[in-house]
Amino acid sequence: MSEEMKCGIEIHQQLETGKLFCSCDSALCETGKGAYFRKLRPTTGETGEIDRAALVQFKRGMGFRYQRCDEASCLVELDEEPPHPVNESALETALTYACMLDADVIDEIQFMRKIVVDGSNTSGFQRTSLISTGGSVEVNGRKIGILSICLEEDAARKIETKGDEVTYRLDRLGIPLVEVATAPDMTTPEEVMEVALRLGTLLRATKKVKRGIGTIREDVNISIPGGARIEIKGVQELRMLPDFVRNEIGRQKMLLRIKDVLADRGTQEALFEPVDVTAVLKDCPSKVIKGALDDKGKVIAVRLRGFAGVMNGDDGTLRLGSEMAQYARTKGVKGIFHSDELPNYGIEQQHVDALREALRLPPDEAFVICAAAEKRANEALRTAVERANEALKGVPEETRDPQPDGTTRYSRPLPGAARMYPETDVPPEEITQERLERIRSNLPEFPEQTEARLTEKYGINRQQASQLVRQSHDELFSEISDAYGMAAVAATMLTNTYTELERDGSSPESVSDASVMELFSLLKQARFSKEAVPALLREMASGTGVEAAIKKLGLESVDSGEAAGIISKIVKEREEFVRSKGMDAAGPLMGPVMGALRGKLDGKQASDLLEAAIKKLISKE
Amino acid sequence: MSYSDSLSKALDAAGACEGARIEAESGGRTYRGVLMPHHEFSSPDVLIIKIGSGYNVGVRMWPESKITVLDRPHEAHKKEDAVPVADGLPSISLIGTGGTIASYVDYRTGAVHPALSASDMVNAVPEIRDVANVSAKVLFSIFSENMNVEHWQKLAEAVAEEMNNGADAVIVPHGTDTMGYTAAALSFMLEGLTGPVVLVGAQRSSDRPSSDASSNLLAAARFCTAGHRAGVFVVMHDSLGDDSFAVHAGTRVRKMHTSRRDAFHSVNAPPVAHIDSSGTIEPHVPEKPAHGKVIVKNAMERNTVLLQYYPGMSPGLFDDIITRSKGIVISGSGLGHVNENMVPLIRKACDNGSVVVITSQCLSGSTNLNVYNTGRDMLSAGAISVGDMLPETAYVKLMWALANTRDVEEAKNLMKRPIRSDTGDRRTVDV
Repeated sequence: MSEEMKCGIEIHQQLETGKLFCSCDSALCETGKGAYFRKLRPTTGETGEIDRAALVQFKRGMGFRYQRCDEASCLVELDEEPPHPVNESALETALTYACMLDADVIDEIQFMRKIVVDGSNTSGFQRTSLISTGGSVEVNGRKIGILSICLEEDAARKIETKGDEVTYRLDRLGIPLVEVATAPDMTTPEEVMEVALRLGTLLRATKKVKRGIGTIREDVNISIPGGARIEIKGVQELRMLPDFVRNEIGRQKMLLRIKDVLADRGTQEALFEPVDVTAVLKDCPSKVIKGALDDKGKVIAVRLRGFAGVMNGDDGTLRLGSEMAQYARTKGVKGIFHSDELPNYGIEQQHVDALREALRLPPDEAFVICAAAEKRANEALRTAVERANEALKGVPEETRDPQPDGTTRYSRPLPGAARMYPETDVPPEEITQERLERIRSNLPEFPEQTEARLTEKYGINRQQASQLVRQSHDELFSEISDAYGMAAVAATMLTNTYTELERDGSSPESVSDASVMELFSLLKQARFSKEAVPALLREMASGTGVEAAIKKLGLESVDSGEAAGIISKIVKEREEFVRSKGMDAAGPLMGPVMGALRGKLDGKQASDLLEAAIKKLISKE
Repeated sequence: MSYSDSLSKALDAAGACEGARIEAESGGRTYRGVLMPHHEFSSPDVLIIKIGSGYNVGVRMWPESKITVLDRPHEAHKKEDAVPVADGLPSISLIGTGGTIASYVDYRTGAVHPALSASDMVNAVPEIRDVANVSAKVLFSIFSENMNVEHWQKLAEAVAEEMNNGADAVIVPHGTDTMGYTAAALSFMLEGLTGPVVLVGAQRSSDRPSSDASSNLLAAARFCTAGHRAGVFVVMHDSLGDDSFAVHAGTRVRKMHTSRRDAFHSVNAPPVAHIDSSGTIEPHVPEKPAHGKVIVKNAMERNTVLLQYYPGMSPGLFDDIITRSKGIVISGSGLGHVNENMVPLIRKACDNGSVVVITSQCLSGSTNLNVYNTGRDMLSAGAISVGDMLPETAYVKLMWALANTRDVEEAKNLMKRPIRSDTGDRRTVDV
């Protein structure tokens, strides 16, 4: 795969420094208040012309409602007050990161307004600034170029879409984001993940970033020779990056194969000639068609001469039909049916034959139909036909949405050059040489340095240290170890136990650092044994407090007298076996003993008590 | 801050001007892009360049740095669409004065332009053509903090001319800072209005997608075409949403917030009307338009001052000002009071033939100088109080009254009597 693909990534990381242009908390809220109605009007550009697409959307009456939050939004987020001066700590973090990547920091930072009219910014633009250009990051001995680092504000959170109204919550708007973009230097799906991991780890090394789901988002740009640049926007799970890359390469290759097939056939661009076939399908049992007709919709068909067998063919490896359907859905229809997948879905052979007859098509020629309100069905089909015609040229440039299964879906065309103009409300910020020198000589500890320190100081192995750093648990680990000793227990818990629990669908990351500290404080007091830690943590991950978890699981330690009693009872019950085996009975009996005492008693202690009990029984002989 | 001498010279020598594509080599790096205007707060040695990605970067230039011009500036040609005239729609004249509603950014250079052409303003709100035939002209291109008495006088003449030439209504886009003063001035200066005169502003400039300029303008047009109303009004947002607008009487309105869209409030009186997003208008005070010509009475007594009383106000410091003024409006504390040590100064002014008018810095509620000793002393000294009139309205009205009456007594009577709904006798719980 290595010589075939080109891939670059963009990482957006939220900072834990408070909001970028006001003094609000940068926290998300469970609920929002009010619903202020706004419209965003496309503005006239430098040529005096209004962006037509934006105007159409505006005229359609698209409106937005904004919910405020008591602590996490103020008049600034509501676009009712000018931005305050830039958050110095956020700027310092971005500058630090730029220095860590050895980038060229801009002499005087200028904030810009990047036009965004989807409502996610109350102002209609996103405030953003270029912090640096150039720089690099090294992964597995390869140098990957950095194109830019920007400091910008996050957008409002979409809560719901109802008809022509989208509701947003203002809590996320204005949270600082560091955006780092790499050159298209990555050549394997695994390398994409490694680079993302490294850039994320370096970001976390600043100790100023937010942690948890949704606080870091990746955009991936991929192309293969003969293909086109595709942007997969907003990947939240790092470990899925290779899947997205692999699937996208496969998709582009598939589209190139379709291009060849169509070229061999001499397929020409299909014309958009909609035919009303409602009458043909009026008695069709298909639920989709029935539903549309009940809503006074129509069934519209379009001929697609020369496209048979590529919409869904060659054992399902050619799938232009699903690409066409994704385009059609952006026009608000549930989907389309194409001739490669029919008869099916309640549309029977007789209907297919009747459709071909109505369309005056020979038996092997392709068509596509859509059932919806007439105007909408026409729009959807026009888009689907345009997408089919793109297949003649190969791979169209697109922005695609990641899906949970590692595939992607078409979302919109690649945006053109962003329209940006100066944010005159925020003064420019000169970055002096002295300031840069000061930052450079006080750079945070790099991950390698942290790993070395952890191994040396706490005696854990390098692999554990590396995992602690990668998963940003190094600070918590040091804190536990410094306060309670038990570095080995802490390391095992933060690495293995966390991974196991996550694999089982539990979320140990949701347990606060304070709760983890409390857990260790009680462990230190021998309230339970270290074997109980995984079970307790699992319980705590579901929202139970430490004390409550101990009670609920019955893991309260037993004192050694009580434990000795339980053990001697177990030994007594198996007296015959013990007498026959003598001291060798200890091994087999550890099972039932730990079964009764797991988590309540240290393993070594249990073993000692067991041996004593056996000895006592035998000596009675 | 402007460029340093050495950078200015270097730019001149390279022949680099704003909008030109240049290459700047400095400190071992090279940036290519369009030279942008220098920001007021930028360092004098920094060039601002818009690079390919659209971002502006500030590049620090040293004596050894190099500037090369790659391309001359491209002239942006603006298309001016002729506005079609539709039969049967009312005609509205738009008189531009400047302000946020009429300011925009040139996306190419980033320069902020103080005025949009009046036709640009109409074109930015194409829907306005569905409700009226709009003709537009620019009278001034200034921010409202620079608006002066002469501007009010010229504006009054321009409004009357439009109305007398057949406009059914006049809309005046205006900066918001002093829009309340201008609204009051036009209220007094224009007599026999045949239709509505509506001042409209914006708290967010029109270059932003979130600007309130267009929705306020459209609401103003809808109010204008609803018919059978005359007077001077201000139309602005009534809430933080783009779905509710208020029409305020020109003499009762005040900017009450520095930045919110709903900054304008009617004080001591309800708004004249509410307009919702669908254009439904709920009028509260229908005023009948007059017939015939609009008359302009725009003479103003310029020796008029507006003073705010404050604890520690020194009579000595204000002696000269008060003695030299023909009209003095004092925004007093509470019911309209000043420190008793100011009372001799008031007496001196009144004895001098000046008019001293008392209003309240509480804004809400009426003045009353009969309740406390100080108030009674102020009345005895010759001051008059003007009920619940806003201090700014009283200041404008006093200028006008002094210039349009024959003597001080007549001016005082005019001040105490509502002539443009500028003061009232009833205040209910709701306002």
